[in-house]
Amino acid sequence: MARIGVFVCHCGENIAATVDVKKVAEEASKMPGVVHAEDYRFMCSDPGQRLIKKAIAEKKLTGVVVATCSPRMHETTFRRAVAEAGLNPYRCEIANLREQCSWVHADRTKATAKAIELTRLIVEKVKRNHDLFPIRVPVTRRALVVGGGIAGIQAALDIANAGHEVILVEKSPSIGGRMAQLSETFPTLDCSQCILTPRMVEVKSHPKIKLYAYSEIEEVSGFVGNFKVKIRQKARYVDAKKCTGCGLCQQKCPTKKVPSEFHELLGTRTAISIPFAQAVPNIPVIDRNSCLFFQKGRCKLCEKVCPAGAILYDQQDQIVEEQVGAVILATGFDVMGVEDFGEYGGGRYKDVITALQFERLLSSSGPTGGKVLRPSDGKEAESVVFLSCIGSRDRSKGVEYCSKICCMYVAKHAMLYKHKNHHGQAYVFYMDVRAAGKGYEEFIRRAVEEEGVVYLRGRVSRIYEQDGKLIVKGADSLSGTQVEIAADIVVLATAVKPKPGIAELAQKFHVSYDAHGFLNELHPKLRPVETASAGVYLAGACQAPKDIPDSVAQASAAASKVLALFSSAELEREPTISVVNEKDCVGCFACEAVCPFGAIERKEVRDKQGNLVKIVSHVNPGICQGCGACVVACRSQCIDVEGFRGEEVFAEIMAL
Amino acid sequence: MRYAYYPGCSLKSVAVEYDAALKAVCEKLGVTLDEIDDWACCGATPAHAVDRFLSVALPARNLATAQKAGNDVMVACAACYNRMKVANHEIATDGALRKEVNEALGTDYDGGVKVLHLIEVLVNGIGIDKLKERVTKRLDGLKVACYYGCLLLRPPKVMHFDDPENPTSMDRLIEVTGAVPISWEFKTECCGAAMGIARTDIVHKLCGRILSDAKNRGAEMIAVACPLCQSNLDLRQSDVEKDLSREFRLPVLYFVQVLGLALGIDAKSLGLDKLIVDPIPLLTQKGVI
Repeated sequence: MARIGVFVCHCGENIAATVDVKKVAEEASKMPGVVHAEDYRFMCSDPGQRLIKKAIAEKKLTGVVVATCSPRMHETTFRRAVAEAGLNPYRCEIANLREQCSWVHADRTKATAKAIELTRLIVEKVKRNHDLFPIRVPVTRRALVVGGGIAGIQAALDIANAGHEVILVEKSPSIGGRMAQLSETFPTLDCSQCILTPRMVEVKSHPKIKLYAYSEIEEVSGFVGNFKVKIRQKARYVDAKKCTGCGLCQQKCPTKKVPSEFHELLGTRTAISIPFAQAVPNIPVIDRNSCLFFQKGRCKLCEKVCPAGAILYDQQDQIVEEQVGAVILATGFDVMGVEDFGEYGGGRYKDVITALQFERLLSSSGPTGGKVLRPSDGKEAESVVFLSCIGSRDRSKGVEYCSKICCMYVAKHAMLYKHKNHHGQAYVFYMDVRAAGKGYEEFIRRAVEEEGVVYLRGRVSRIYEQDGKLIVKGADSLSGTQVEIAADIVVLATAVKPKPGIAELAQKFHVSYDAHGFLNELHPKLRPVETASAGVYLAGACQAPKDIPDSVAQASAAASKVLALFSSAELEREPTISVVNEKDCVGCFACEAVCPFGAIERKEVRDKQGNLVKIVSHVNPGICQGCGACVVACRSQCIDVEGFRGEEVFAEIMAL
Repeated sequence: MRYAYYPGCSLKSVAVEYDAALKAVCEKLGVTLDEIDDWACCGATPAHAVDRFLSVALPARNLATAQKAGNDVMVACAACYNRMKVANHEIATDGALRKEVNEALGTDYDGGVKVLHLIEVLVNGIGIDKLKERVTKRLDGLKVACYYGCLLLRPPKVMHFDDPENPTSMDRLIEVTGAVPISWEFKTECCGAAMGIARTDIVHKLCGRILSDAKNRGAEMIAVACPLCQSNLDLRQSDVEKDLSREFRLPVLYFVQVLGLALGIDAKSLGLDKLIVDPIPLLTQKGVI
């Protein structure tokens, strides 16, 4: 016989002001099976919990109903208390008298009647509850990090330094990401490469990190603690084991005028090339599309000059498989191109460039050796105009969100330009300056007050070319005048957006993404690095526009989540997942088709002689999230979600 | 080829030469124009400045009449073209307004009549290649600044006419004649439009920039597609010259007049005598007439 205890919480005035809690307790005590009912001011407090424990011991309760706030708030608290008193925690349930009753009703009599009904139906459910035990899943204590920018590097190093193996996969020929392209970094103006490259070297030499550069994620299967990942190692046409990185091949390559991706197309590279001097790994890649041999079948000069005999024209892509327990996605960002902004002559005028291109002009390793020269004719730039919010915060031409990093790098660009060209003039058109961050506002003030950068509050309507200069027509809304500035270079701070192909990658890992393609965190405030896919975490600008400090912080946060997961050899999960009644299952696999997590497996049922009887559905307890989609799809009604079995839910409904 | 032709008020008054030239060209090319029966003003700038309902209902009346006849509408005035396309857009997207307009007009118009500008008819309807075959008098070497103005292109989401920042359709049309469309920067800048009445100084300033850039880049002539642009650049050119102490002497022709010359139509039929800055000396010098 069930012996149920009902505990009605006042929640201060939150419930008691609208619901007659004493009446609820009184009515509950009359319900069949209820052997104990009482009310208390704050059930979640220590004395409140003690009341529950005491009643369990004294009245030998087999089930507990706490009539209180939403189970989202305190279900865990009460289940823990119940467990401490020796009862299975899944025999404790919440009747939500706050969010679903007192907060949304005004009439005390009606609210009290509803509260009694809510309590009654949970009592009926608890009578049918049974013991459930946490699921244990083995954990492969190896992590996969996708993306070798600063976020990926930081996450990989944090995990590796804690003693776990890391597989780092980078799409491009070298790790380093966007940060490797940057000149100097705000707000301290330290050289980006100088602070990044030691980390890159550390990744390369770390015994716990296995680097797959020039590789992409091909296929993902498995679940938290037990992912299987297929990685496509793209053919470099160079034997990585033999290559010494001497660079002779790129010196001798006759195809020298290929626009360099690393220089954002402002500089050139050879057909066989190492993207930049500090690249990790320091191994070249042959670009088939510009290589004379691949295009016209002649040349092979690199093969002739290579002292190590490392050139392999017939190298093929290779698929390798790795097993990992956790994944960090850190795929970084892209920016909108200037071509999208015809009113500024984007795509027509060579001197209208993106901010990333300007970074390359400022960088001492850039195509101009750090001199700010006009891309059109190589002349020194006497004046540079920076336009912020290009595409950002602009529903008609771009995206509605703020790209977050632009205000700061625009100030940095203007400042660095002034450092390089003392007589030059830098202008910034802005909507407003958003400089929230340690030392950020001070940095902006420095640009304005000490470095003499002219800030104009207003938008630019048009840019046209006249007498070899770019005429920038805009409004200065503070003085209420129209301004025209003759510029040598115009830098568009174009909107930050996710990397192309992110949607396909997200789908492989069952991670959701927003309308722009940024990956979704599980909770915007309280679970910022987790995703809805257990064991998959986020770091850096793939989640939202982010600067270096934020990306690094998030990477370390994601790494700490991975380390927490790796802290034991087994993973404990909530048992509220789907179970299949194999006796009734007819093997139609409608459940397999609707499962958004890929948790349904096919299982052979054999008789004692080993003959195959049938193939039935089986739920992988490591993957199932207990969403219940399969329950609805099941034609023979043989699937139930533990904790929400049909029998239990119907009992609730019948009690109404 | 048959179109419902909407001339609008300008082509019956200040821009009769536009009307004459396009009719001569269309006749030559075998395009039949049926003037919309009992057409009325499109509302132009005044209507949409004061009354959204009228700004849609006025052009809708003409469009509803054209829909009954069953042909696409061809317009030459940039302002009429703009108002008709905006009206179509509003009627198609705003159910309440559509109802109100149809109640007032006693019609059942759905915003579905296709409205084409003369440039679209020539470039897309007839086609550049066909036009090339019809050229009898090449205007080789004549440097023309093609000026589109604002109304043909904006707002781009409604007009869908060419690249709103760097249009090229008129340039391609002028190229057919053998003339050279110059690359310049003021293709889509405002001429000041109706400000010419209230603030002549602003129009002088804006037209001054357009004329200066065209002249600086070697243009010998400006081709336009809007009666108001034409009159601002042509009629006010001598005043602008005085303001800037600079001589332009740039004839401002409708693009269809330029095309007409290349098709062998005489200057008189194209209404070249109606222009303020006389194009005849330039055309004579170039051996066109």
